[in-house]
Amino acid sequence: MSAVSNTLTNASTPTSSTRAEKVFAVVGNPNSGKTTLFNGLTGMRQKVGNYPGVTVERKEGTCYSQHGHRIRLIDLPGTYTLTAHSPDEAIAQDVLMGRRNDTPRPDGIICVADASNLERHLFLTTQLLELGLPVILVLNMIDDATHAGVSIDAQALEDSLGVTVVQTQARIGKGLKKLRLAMSRDNLPLPKWEFALPETFQRALDATAQRIRNVQKCPEAFARAEAWLHLTESTPDELHPNVEPTPQAITTFAQQIRTELAQHDHDWKERLVGERYIQLSKVVQKAIERKPEKRPTPTDRIDSVLLHPLWGGLILGLLMVGIFYAIFSLSALPMDGIDAAFAWLGDTVNAHLPAGTLRDLIVNGMIAGVGGVVIFLPQILILFFFVALLEGTGYMARAAFLLDRLMCKVGLHGQSFIPLLSSYACAIPGIMAARSISSRKDRLVTILVAPWMSCSARLPVYFVMIAAIAPGAAWVKTALMFFVYFIGTAGAFAFAFLFKKTLMRGESPSLMMEMPPYRWPTWKTVLVVMLDRAKLFLKKAGTIILGVSIILWFFVSYPKNAEGESNIAESYAGQVGHALEPVTEPLGYDWKVNIGLLASFAAREVFVSTMAIIYSVEDEGEDTDSLAEVLRGQKHSDGSPVFTPLVCLSLMVFYVFSLQCLSTVAVVKRETNSWRWPLFQLAYMTVFAYLAALAIYQGGRLLGFS
Amino acid sequence: MSEVRPLSEIRPGESGVLASFSERTRNLLRLQELGLTPGQRVEVVRISPLGDPMEIRLIGFDLCLRKSEAQCIHVRCE
Ligand SMILES: Nc1nc2c(ncn2[C@@H]2O[C@H](COP(=O)(O)OP(=O)(O)O)[C@@H](O)[C@H]2O)c(=O)[nH]1
Repeated sequence: MSAVSNTLTNASTPTSSTRAEKVFAVVGNPNSGKTTLFNGLTGMRQKVGNYPGVTVERKEGTCYSQHGHRIRLIDLPGTYTLTAHSPDEAIAQDVLMGRRNDTPRPDGIICVADASNLERHLFLTTQLLELGLPVILVLNMIDDATHAGVSIDAQALEDSLGVTVVQTQARIGKGLKKLRLAMSRDNLPLPKWEFALPETFQRALDATAQRIRNVQKCPEAFARAEAWLHLTESTPDELHPNVEPTPQAITTFAQQIRTELAQHDHDWKERLVGERYIQLSKVVQKAIERKPEKRPTPTDRIDSVLLHPLWGGLILGLLMVGIFYAIFSLSALPMDGIDAAFAWLGDTVNAHLPAGTLRDLIVNGMIAGVGGVVIFLPQILILFFFVALLEGTGYMARAAFLLDRLMCKVGLHGQSFIPLLSSYACAIPGIMAARSISSRKDRLVTILVAPWMSCSARLPVYFVMIAAIAPGAAWVKTALMFFVYFIGTAGAFAFAFLFKKTLMRGESPSLMMEMPPYRWPTWKTVLVVMLDRAKLFLKKAGTIILGVSIILWFFVSYPKNAEGESNIAESYAGQVGHALEPVTEPLGYDWKVNIGLLASFAAREVFVSTMAIIYSVEDEGEDTDSLAEVLRGQKHSDGSPVFTPLVCLSLMVFYVFSLQCLSTVAVVKRETNSWRWPLFQLAYMTVFAYLAALAIYQGGRLLGFS
Repeated sequence: MSEVRPLSEIRPGESGVLASFSERTRNLLRLQELGLTPGQRVEVVRISPLGDPMEIRLIGFDLCLRKSEAQCIHVRCE
């Protein structure tokens, strides 16, 4: 937590008057309209990244004051309270107290509150007022408040809290000008709210603050804020893994005080929360007037249908199918376009470069490799369009409400719903969506099983194999398709259950979810979500995937034979394929399949292209049937077919369960912040895939199939 | 006349005043920070079609809780 050096640098960092630009942090409860406000203030000028070490998104943007001065805005994750319960929640505290080396301590705080729900939002507000920084209180959603019969006396709020109050409607940009004006003020007042603590606590706080001042030589207000945060957290350093540890002299002292307080009153923290609400109610009485709301509200009416005991589930199911269908059907056209663009790029390079190693590398390695992945950009965009839409309207919370029981049965959190749904398109956004799950164990379980929801990268493999098993017969194809999706999902649920019973034992995860009223999302917010994802996705294609493609190309093309030509059987990849034969023979695969199998550990789609290259088939776009024909024609040296239905089925089952995706491994590494989990995942999924494929192949042969 | 009942046993449409928490309440601090403090008025809005969780209404907002947690919250009903 805060260290001496940090505070000292803090004292010597230039203040707002000398620093080139002011820095404001945007803080607020989830659903207060923070994102909308942030996007409204910064336009598209924002940087999205990650706080190193914690899976929390870091958003920064620049906005301009009414006088044209640059202001830096730091968006903090939405939170109900400053008391952190998990590392991702501790970010807000760390930034606000200037503990992180990568972010300067802000000059002021913009506290966003939902005006229609101010009683609760003021709880966080008053915590922010005690940090010794100027605060601008933004009363957002004034329109909603008016509708709900809530009237707010802004002047009374300003008087009793000593802060500047600005009323806004972030969605239509109303009030942003006033907010900018307030941000440009040089003489923003320091809050005058004071939490009158019961005497025991007051003494404890004073003593801790005094100790901190002795050790760290910091201003009084800063020390009091730190003291408060130290006292209310029981395991501070665990919660703040990426900032310098607090000096021992402070932690032991705080620990001692905490023990004394607990002896006096076991539930002292809860008591303080209650006390804060009581003191707040005096402010609320003066400033807020609530007329009884007209019921049913529009949200009540919509929910009586969407959460109906009967229709609720049905509508949710239809919606999921619809999104699923849209992702597949709407993406076909743009995917063809991207395919054509990369084909054109390859042709152009072919036409302008002399034949040789460089051209091979660029066309067969780089362009083919990167193009094969970028082709899935439309799916990512479409998926996140729907995710942003469902989140923006408030339907996501309803879906979780409907399905919570089901997920609960296998030990999954209700919030695992979205990550798992997303994983049908691609495990990567799915795993990233698991960030919203607050408990670390439940997040891990979700991440561990997410790649079993059959993703779209497996589709090319499924298509080819299904075509090889059952040419024609549409209903067999459909049944096979359903089969692979079903076993994947069933496997995910079964293993989630298993993990919860063994590795991730813990209390059954709880649910504390706010049910927001339905709202219209803004197009800007939806667009920003899609653009953010697209940027991250393309960045990956240009780095990891590009590198892998080059390596792969090399191993398939070298060493060249005496005539200087590539011979796959003798290439490094071919040799490895042969070496693997003893391992994969029980599954029914030959050395050429092994190359594809191994290559597709980089990305599953690679299997199809590897097969196409090896069997010298022109892989003409989506026309995979021709490849299937070729596969069906392949014979072993004794004349028996290589790709029998049983072999194809065994291959499909292997692809359902194996983790053949470097990007997933990389993302899991990033999200869990260690190599342990991705390696464990890789191991258990590969072993299970192997056993499942073995069972299918050997079992099938025992039953007399071939 | 009033009686104290666990929140989990209150039917949709009924309401009461939060009286106390049982010893075993998990996440007590979180619940209180969200505004579930003694004296607060709560109304049960609906139960999920599958029987769990439940949606309750506080001043200005709705909250969803699992019944296992709602069991520990005691409410005084009129
Ligand atoms: N009625 C109304 N809705 C708003 C306003 N500002 C934001 N919203 C909507 O509130 C919802 C939540 O906003 P968002 O910015 O995502 O909240 P966040 O969770 O705090 O980032 C979205 O559907 C917004 O369109 C406002 O001033 N009035």
